[in-house]
Amino acid sequence: MPLHFELVTPAKLVRSEEVHMVVVPGTEGEFGVLEGHAPFMSTIRDGAVQVFAKEGAVPEIIQVRGGFAEVSEKGLTVLAEHVEA
Amino acid sequence: MPSLKELKGRINSVKSTQKITKAKQMVAAAKLRRAQAAAEAGRPYATRLSAVMASLAGKVSGSAAPKLLAGTGADQKHLLVVVNTDKGLCGGLNSNLVKAAKAKARELQAAGKSVEFYLVGKKGRAPLKREYPSLIGAGFDTSTVKTPGFTEAEAIADELIAMFDAGQFDVAHLIYPTFKSALAQDPTVNQLIPVPTPTNAVEAESVVDYEPSEEEILEELLPRYVRTQLFGALLEREASEQGASMTAMDNATRNAGDLIQKLTIQYNRSRQAAITTELIEIIAGAEAL
Repeated sequence: MPLHFELVTPAKLVRSEEVHMVVVPGTEGEFGVLEGHAPFMSTIRDGAVQVFAKEGAVPEIIQVRGGFAEVSEKGLTVLAEHVEA
Repeated sequence: MPSLKELKGRINSVKSTQKITKAKQMVAAAKLRRAQAAAEAGRPYATRLSAVMASLAGKVSGSAAPKLLAGTGADQKHLLVVVNTDKGLCGGLNSNLVKAAKAKARELQAAGKSVEFYLVGKKGRAPLKREYPSLIGAGFDTSTVKTPGFTEAEAIADELIAMFDAGQFDVAHLIYPTFKSALAQDPTVNQLIPVPTPTNAVEAESVVDYEPSEEEILEELLPRYVRTQLFGALLEREASEQGASMTAMDNATRNAGDLIQKLTIQYNRSRQAAITTELIEIIAGAEAL
């Protein structure tokens, strides 16, 4: 089962796709989110979000600033004020 | 009765006015589409953020609540943040906004509160200054950038939050146009600071882990919420401006067309009259011989 990943900025919806895993740089440490993760909310420090499209694939790196992550049963939503792909 | 030459001059000047209004209308129509798309694209972020805010604000309340949510405890000094456009030629949009701002100011003053204005955009400054010369505080100039974006919203929000922290006001209201259609843009008054507690606080169905604590997350989210509100207001303003401008210019073009028609009829009549007079003179002269 893939994980539904959404990356949203105030200007637009940057990403909305099914991926294998996302590693998010949380304020209190990085955490990886797979499908079926428990509901979770965290603020994000400025840094790189790593998106693994497939298991073992080379991660795609997206720089975010001023972010916030929410994991619910629907998937992972990252709200970021600035995004540099 | 104006002379033929004068009439011709007037017809030409109205014609060139019509060309200008027509051009402005077409430009506004093109820009409106872009502004509407931008407003549309900004919605997912705002909805998600307010959903998160709602679920958090329901949990963190009482003395633990951050100042931005709970307020200063007083309700005396009010700040009206009025978002006007930078350019004119958009019909009654700005005067409607100013009217709404004045009504709100009167209402607050009648309740014994002190009022100050914070102006975004150029067009509201003059009429508000005429009525309340001493109440115009700081402002933000958006005319230097082509399309105000999130950076501007951030700058405005940071300034407002700094003013709030310094105790310069207790409550801030945001007055901006909401874009309904090209024909209707309603001025809206919203409380901006302290952030109004969402009424539709949904009870979280599952246990959610927070990292760091709920209070800290909320503390960080509140300024962001204020920024998003301002960004939304700027987007709405952009769409409203272009919509109002399109409608106003469409009317102006049509009025100019009517005027040209009337003037042309008048021109033809006086030309005809002049010819007739000349003919009568010639005939009378010929008969006298």
